[in-house]
Amino acid sequence: MALLEVEDLRVEFPTRRGALLALDGVSLEINEGEVLGVVGESGAGKSLTGAAIIGLLEPPGRVTGGKIRLEGHRIDTLSYEEMRNIRGKKIGAIFQDPLTSLNPLYTIGRQLIETIRVHMDVSPEAARARAIELLGEVGIPAPERRIDSYPHEFSGGMRQRVVISLALCANPRLIIADEPTTALDVSIQAQIIALLKKLCREHKTAVMLITHDMGVIAETADRVAVMYAGRVAEIGPVKRVVKQPKHPYTVGLMGAIPMVGHDVERLTQIEGAMPRLNEIPPGCSFNPRCPKVFDKCRMERPELMPAGRNAEAACWQFDKGGRRG
Amino acid sequence: MRKPLAGSSIRGGAVAKRAKSEAQAESMLEVRDLAKYFDVSKPWLARMIERAPRQILKAVDGLAFDIKKGQTFSLVGESGCGKSTVAKLVVGLHKPSRGAIRFEGRDVADVRSRADSAALRRRWQMIFQDPYASLNPRWRVRDIIAEPIRVFGLIKSRGEQDEKVAALLRQVGLSPVDGEKYPHEFSGGQRQRISIARALSSNPEFLVCDEPTSALDVSVQAQILNLMKDLQNEFGLTYLFISHNLAVVYHLSDKIGVMYLGRLCEVAGSKELFARPQHPYTRLLLETIPDLEMTGREREPVAGEVPNPINPPSGCAFHPRCPFANDRCRSEIPLPTERAGHTVACHAAEEGRLPDAKFPAPKRPSAS
Amino acid sequence: MSDNPLGVSRPTSLLHRILDSDIFYSFSHSPITVLSAIVTAIFFLAAAFAPWVAPHNPFDPATLDLLDAFTPPAWEEDGSTKFLLGTDDQGRDILSTIIYGSRVSLIVGFSAVLFSVILGVGLGLLAGYLGGWLETIVMRMADVQLTIPAILVALMIDGVARILVPVHLRDELAIYVLILAIGISDWPRYARVTRGAALVERNKEYVSAARVIGVHPIKIMLRHVLPNVLGPVLVLATIGLALAIITEATLSFLGVGVPPTQPSLGTLIRIGNNFLFSGEWWITLFPSIALVILVLAVNLLGDWLRDALNPKLR
Repeated sequence: MALLEVEDLRVEFPTRRGALLALDGVSLEINEGEVLGVVGESGAGKSLTGAAIIGLLEPPGRVTGGKIRLEGHRIDTLSYEEMRNIRGKKIGAIFQDPLTSLNPLYTIGRQLIETIRVHMDVSPEAARARAIELLGEVGIPAPERRIDSYPHEFSGGMRQRVVISLALCANPRLIIADEPTTALDVSIQAQIIALLKKLCREHKTAVMLITHDMGVIAETADRVAVMYAGRVAEIGPVKRVVKQPKHPYTVGLMGAIPMVGHDVERLTQIEGAMPRLNEIPPGCSFNPRCPKVFDKCRMERPELMPAGRNAEAACWQFDKGGRRG
Repeated sequence: MRKPLAGSSIRGGAVAKRAKSEAQAESMLEVRDLAKYFDVSKPWLARMIERAPRQILKAVDGLAFDIKKGQTFSLVGESGCGKSTVAKLVVGLHKPSRGAIRFEGRDVADVRSRADSAALRRRWQMIFQDPYASLNPRWRVRDIIAEPIRVFGLIKSRGEQDEKVAALLRQVGLSPVDGEKYPHEFSGGQRQRISIARALSSNPEFLVCDEPTSALDVSVQAQILNLMKDLQNEFGLTYLFISHNLAVVYHLSDKIGVMYLGRLCEVAGSKELFARPQHPYTRLLLETIPDLEMTGREREPVAGEVPNPINPPSGCAFHPRCPFANDRCRSEIPLPTERAGHTVACHAAEEGRLPDAKFPAPKRPSAS
Repeated sequence: MSDNPLGVSRPTSLLHRILDSDIFYSFSHSPITVLSAIVTAIFFLAAAFAPWVAPHNPFDPATLDLLDAFTPPAWEEDGSTKFLLGTDDQGRDILSTIIYGSRVSLIVGFSAVLFSVILGVGLGLLAGYLGGWLETIVMRMADVQLTIPAILVALMIDGVARILVPVHLRDELAIYVLILAIGISDWPRYARVTRGAALVERNKEYVSAARVIGVHPIKIMLRHVLPNVLGPVLVLATIGLALAIITEATLSFLGVGVPPTQPSLGTLIRIGNNFLFSGEWWITLFPSIALVILVLAVNLLGDWLRDALNPKLR
């Protein structure tokens, strides 16, 4: 059984011109100790997927369909209070901007100790010892001194380390990391990625790594889900997706990334832009930009289907006769 | 203080040949000893009360590089290294604290009359990072694009001006009817196209591009990079390209300068820099490039972070993070020296203490 | 129809765009705002077309009859349908004086706001865009003036101006003096808001783009920065109009405003005040109600505008 199962998740934003379907039947699974990368361009719905799972959708967005199961139990039906207990204890969260995750008025020690004591029945002294241990684990030098510092006394990279230690406080089974390295410089990015990988290995924590950066995914993830216009376009082991992408969108995306050592005059270009939520075309949402489009793509929406070994893609070119249920 | 370098004589022939072929291309821009200091002190009263000294941020300090006509020169570095300040200095948005900027051999600071200044400004243009802030939200797209035409008085008649705007819109992949719209009706990538159309409207020869694709998604980035290359081929444009993305810089540049805390660490031809990085900081940066070839190469992340530029380390600013630093590095600022086609500012490189780069050369080197 | 088409749709007509805009939507879905707009519009139209709208001309001595003096409102015992809201001590129709009075109030209010907007926005723009010592001087001046209540500043300017103006011109120039006094008393608010907005706009890249091609700073200020700082100024000016009307009424009530020969709402309230305790309550009450309704309506419009233009609240 997978640690986290998301099944046919739908998220809508009601507007005065009718509801916008921001997530339209997203299904994915994360196994124990696995890093699942969720990659996509802005507006693809990758961050929404993460927010929906931890129950932190910004209003007026709301889940209107589908199931989310953590360790086999539905969590999408829980109350706000119950969900808050799950967050932190079972699911940790890391966001792009470390400053928004830390309270600037409290020392990081106080924030860590409070979080530890919310989830674990320990004395303040024990919690402090645990906090120092955590800070050391995430690579903060001299943690017994730095624990009494305020967030602004840390650099961006160090702050993100503190946020990671906060997410790890209660030893969660799953961490949702939304663009954890985007705000950081490249050399710091590499450090944070290495740290995340190390911690997951050691704690057997699963990670849902949400990012727009295929490079980060390639370095970190075991499997990757490529999202496009609120749907999963392709899902599979990261090496396969990067080396042999199946969905025409993924193919275009990989070709569009400039790479050191690739001497090409022009990059592969996907014409146009991702449709806005109110303009998603019928059929396959990628069909107006797809070089391999055929009639069926404009009429019927493809579900994820097997596309060769280790590959699932939502594309009619992999449809082997007959319609699938 | 240039000392003869070990090894330089061996490759001397090749270097001379290369230098000669480079010299054939005329310089578009020459920058010498360029510096920009910002006073970031607290207000006078607060300083008096706290007895705090004045604080000077040396955003750019002693930069020198050349850009050949029709080529792309890129500056790379992490945030706070001063690369955007260089872009602003070059187009005149900042006044240099020291040093010279020569455009086709003529010192820009010597140009004083309004007419001369306009004649010069017409020939360079800038493309900005944020596609949402770089277009005036209250102006129609056609007015935005036509602004340089109007300011320089290039086309007087309204009809011809409209034709030119329509042609520019088509050139950057938009439709002439888009000129009637306002910027908010466009996506980020389309806005960046409008920005490029505006930059091209005065028929410039030299474009300064400050992170033009950093705010864009990869598929849109590819569109913009392709467009920039097409335009360069068509009009023989010269680019000064500022970026933090090494892969983008590799894709686009002829020559690359690596900046760290306001100084150039290393300048070399694009392929050469990635194949044989000399400066330890260049090596560190290359080490951070994600492995999209899926070779399974385990990278060892480099320790340390960029120090505060207001209080940079003594000597070579990189020494606290450098595995090869010694006492000289901690006390003496290294000067740029030529070494095998690279201009490197590093004591260790100069003394030959550096091991050969262990960074694997580009896996699929081009035929050239 | 979408708000932001992907660049594939044709440009639409202005009317269509207005009716389709978020601002119009928020307007038409707020009954209080619609009501305020209607009330404000009624006041504006009545004031603009006073000679045609008002049942009497209260300032034409020929039509006045002292025998009509102190007629109570129509529904009172001695009331007359000829004078719907009664008459004052000189037999002037209260409804008509209110209509003519709001005309004066609105003219003074509008002109004063216009004056302080031009002064405040101009200085704020210079201070925000150019910075340096100019900014320091302008903003310190604004700070100092903000420590003194606006009404005191207006009183002071009014007093000084009255001394400077020759006696025989005083009544004639009173209205201009009033506009000047209220206008000067209110500029710091506009200067502050404009400077803040200009500071933000100044650092945006579209301003840099104009600077790169050497556009003159004054042109950048007027053509680029100004249109982008007008949003918050518009909100402030709407609420400022309500404040200016109140300031004018206060000054007139204190007797330093417009003369009784061309009374504003404030003057009417003051005149009526004299008769309040002798039982003729309608002379002061109805102008007061008119003032309250006008100010409230304008204020509510301003509040709505502030929320509608604030992207964070949408």
